[in-house]
Amino acid sequence: MNFSEVFKQSNQLCKVSPDGKYLATCVQYRLVVRDMSTLQILQLYTCLDQISHMDWSSDSLFILCAMYKRGLVQVWSLEQPDWHCKIDEGSIGLLSSRWSPDGRHILNTTEFHLRITVWSLCTKAVSYIKYPKACQKGIDFSRDGCYMALAERRDCKDYVSVFVCDDWHLLRHFETETQDLGGLEWSPNGCVLAVWDSCLEYKVLLYSLDGRLLSTYSAYEWSLGVKTVTWSPSSQFLAIGSYDEKVRVLNHITWKKITQFEHPATINNTKAVVYKEVERRPAVGADDLSLHNITIGTTLFNTQSKYEICPPPVQIPVVKPDPDRANPKIGVSTLAFSSDSRYLATKNDNMASVVWVWDMQNMSLEAVLEQCSAVRCFQWDPRRPRLALCTGNSKLYLWSPAGCVSVEVPTEGGFQVQSLNWHCSGDSLILLGKEQLLKLTETQRTLEYTSGLPSHTHLAGNV
Amino acid sequence: MPESSLEDKDICSSSECRTPPLRQFSQSSLPLHRKSYMLSTFCTEQNVQECQSHINQEVSSLGLQPVWTESGSSSEMNVVAVLNCMYDLIQMHRRGLRSLENMEVEQLKSSGNVDYLQLTSTRLKEQLELSKRENTGLLERERQLQLKVKSLQNCLKNEKEEVQKLQNIIASRASQYNHEMKRKEREFNKLKERLNQLLIDKKEKKQAIDVLNNIGRADGKRSLWKTEKTEAKHEAEMYKALLSDYDTRQRELLLENAELNKVLQQMKKDMVSILSSKKPILKGDKYQDDGAQADSEDEEEVFDSSKESVELYCVHAREKLTNSIRLQWRRLKSHVERLDSQETHKEEMDRLKLEIQQCKDFIQTQQQLLQQQLSSPCDEETASLLSDCYMLQEKERLGDEWKTLEEQRTIFERERRNFTEAAIRLSHERKAFEEDRATWLKHQFLNLSPFPDSKKPPMSKSKSAFLISETKASATSAPEKLIRCPSGTNLPTPGCVPHTSSTADLYRTLCLIPENGATKPKRKSDHAEESGVFFNGKAPVRHKQWNDSEEHSSHTKEQNSSI
Repeated sequence: MNFSEVFKQSNQLCKVSPDGKYLATCVQYRLVVRDMSTLQILQLYTCLDQISHMDWSSDSLFILCAMYKRGLVQVWSLEQPDWHCKIDEGSIGLLSSRWSPDGRHILNTTEFHLRITVWSLCTKAVSYIKYPKACQKGIDFSRDGCYMALAERRDCKDYVSVFVCDDWHLLRHFETETQDLGGLEWSPNGCVLAVWDSCLEYKVLLYSLDGRLLSTYSAYEWSLGVKTVTWSPSSQFLAIGSYDEKVRVLNHITWKKITQFEHPATINNTKAVVYKEVERRPAVGADDLSLHNITIGTTLFNTQSKYEICPPPVQIPVVKPDPDRANPKIGVSTLAFSSDSRYLATKNDNMASVVWVWDMQNMSLEAVLEQCSAVRCFQWDPRRPRLALCTGNSKLYLWSPAGCVSVEVPTEGGFQVQSLNWHCSGDSLILLGKEQLLKLTETQRTLEYTSGLPSHTHLAGNV
Repeated sequence: MPESSLEDKDICSSSECRTPPLRQFSQSSLPLHRKSYMLSTFCTEQNVQECQSHINQEVSSLGLQPVWTESGSSSEMNVVAVLNCMYDLIQMHRRGLRSLENMEVEQLKSSGNVDYLQLTSTRLKEQLELSKRENTGLLERERQLQLKVKSLQNCLKNEKEEVQKLQNIIASRASQYNHEMKRKEREFNKLKERLNQLLIDKKEKKQAIDVLNNIGRADGKRSLWKTEKTEAKHEAEMYKALLSDYDTRQRELLLENAELNKVLQQMKKDMVSILSSKKPILKGDKYQDDGAQADSEDEEEVFDSSKESVELYCVHAREKLTNSIRLQWRRLKSHVERLDSQETHKEEMDRLKLEIQQCKDFIQTQQQLLQQQLSSPCDEETASLLSDCYMLQEKERLGDEWKTLEEQRTIFERERRNFTEAAIRLSHERKAFEEDRATWLKHQFLNLSPFPDSKKPPMSKSKSAFLISETKASATSAPEKLIRCPSGTNLPTPGCVPHTSSTADLYRTLCLIPENGATKPKRKSDHAEESGVFFNGKAPVRHKQWNDSEEHSSHTKEQNSSI
């Protein structure tokens, strides 16, 4: 593991270009573009105000910086540093801004979801899409960039519009059988659109690209329903996390449930490996400081942690949600498939410190990672079945089928990892602190994995 | 007398002293009575006699010996008896005391017991009282609890009703809320429209884009005008995308299907091979199965379908395949179940049946062979052999008979010889007898004349007669021997006949030989005449002789029987 020096950032605005060559970071009202490998500054742009949102165009040529308070969007070109573009939404206000898949259009959602303005950088043309629905995920582009699905609300009814991104031609427009549409998402192959109802009702609808209703799925009634929906990269599975602390997986042929993953407070599954993070303060002046600690450069006063394997049954800390408050902290809110669709990582909100890893081949629980504090973020390596997660402390945690490891971030002043981003090659990782960031590059150094293999021996694995 | 009274007193006093206060009360009546009696002296000069008798009576009533024996007039005191009596009395008294003591102890004990029992009874009574109180308390509590339960049940009912009511309220509120929501949404939409209009109308701060210079499209093409053509193109592209997706999916499914079909085929083949290999063993019980026929039919079908595997993707073939697989699978399952349940049993049965069949076959073949042998020509020999066997037996019997015959013959020979000897002797004797008779006749004849004292010659004659009888006896001893031999064979052999004939001959000779032919009847009549004359005198003798011979014969007979 090779840690870069720490750089400043603000608002967690730090993104690697889609081609993986550049790293764009925002510091207050400045946009800094660095070379990904050397981290040398390539370009520096100054915006009109503090940047609240930043995004790369799909071709990695342009960067969008949105200043929502000002209702402004500025676009910068990497190739032509003196080229500039400024979009002013005026008094109508700006809620969110995003690139179209072709990287030549910008879609701005105005305040109160009055409309979506589509700006063309090619022709300066502007077009409007009325009645966008204010919901969890009301807009989604297909992965190939051809189509855009938009949730709309007209006359107290939900509709979905499918646009051709090429020329914003409305391809299909259909009413959905939802009470209050909560979100929509294209399947990775772009042929099926999953639409789900708001949390008041458990209902998932599957539409074909041409607007035909393929299937409807509902697991139960009355109580709070769907919390999140995720497609597997293979488009084969649709995982639905819900407020009943379960994940239901639908298949792509019959659209019926093939399995259901529960998140029990007591784990009795003997096949799953339960890793428990154990923190301990190092004894000052102790002679048994391992080489590992020294090489990683852990400060003596930081807490160390390591994983221990707990034999079942394991009791998991559960926080009972306040029933009087809206959006109760219960149920599966985060789902992530590994890039090979082999594993599914989930997080149940009332067990905030636990990440569950499920094996999609055997449809069984593979591993449970019980952390000392609440998990902030987890992301799969885009190339390998390897999960990185952070809990807002100075450590990075990695899980792979070979085992589990925690890595101390060796910075002075305490780098608290709030978020992380994998590089598309899977070789490096950007860690975001509150105001800082650093790059972690994989080397051939070995780290001590806590292995979940039956022998319970510590295996050396590459990180 | 005074001594005894004194003693009595002592006893009484001692007993009084010993009695415990409790007992004194009950016993006091008797001693008091006695005391009063004793104070007026029991015995005085005047009533000695009465006293004596009284004492005696008393003593005897106690089962002791009387102290006085009123022997004679003077009734004197028997000191020894008195002393004995006194001793006995003392002993009795001691015994009485001892038993009294025991009784007292017993009473003490029992009184203690009584106390204890009284105590326990009071305690138990208290306990009973307590438990009664408790019981009433519990009953009260139970009553209360039941009341509570009732009230709770009522509560529950009420709650249920409440819940129902609340549910209804919730439902109505939800519908109301939805209605309100829709109203608000409509209002909100109206507002949005208004805002939109206002913003468009407002010219002050307009939406604007400020671009240095337009950039080219990512694909380098120029954007096209929206025409019907482009619309159609989009549609076509969409359908293309969908089609390609369906295509890939179908291909995947086909691949999967083919794979599964392959697996199915393999499975089916395996099953068929397994079942067919098992078939010959199971043939026996297969026929017992109800579905035996159906099975065989299925088998044909299976093989048919396997031939049709070329056109596997045809719906018909697929159906057939799945059906056959299903059937095979069912059969395999039942087969496995059967194996599981009665594998060893069935095998054992089959083996035993086979063994039995083999044994039966074996026996049958053996029988057949035997019959064949019997019916073949070589059985004449066996017949001759058999007859030879019989002949041999016959021969043996014959030989035996021959032997006995030989023996009999030799016996006859001997007998005949004996007879001839006897005959010779007889002739000799007859001659002698004739001579004797002649001499006797001569004498008689001579004695008719004046010689009365010629009694002596008959004397000699009797002697000779006696001799004859003796010889006769010896002669009969010979036939006796003769008879004995044939009796060994124990058969009515002809040997007996010669014997009887010989005796008849003997008698005949006895009667006839003196005459020697034609002269004999003459002689006889003569003799008869003569004998008629002398019958009185001589007949017993002769008779005796016959008797002798008879005795002899009977004797031999007896011997025969004994032998």
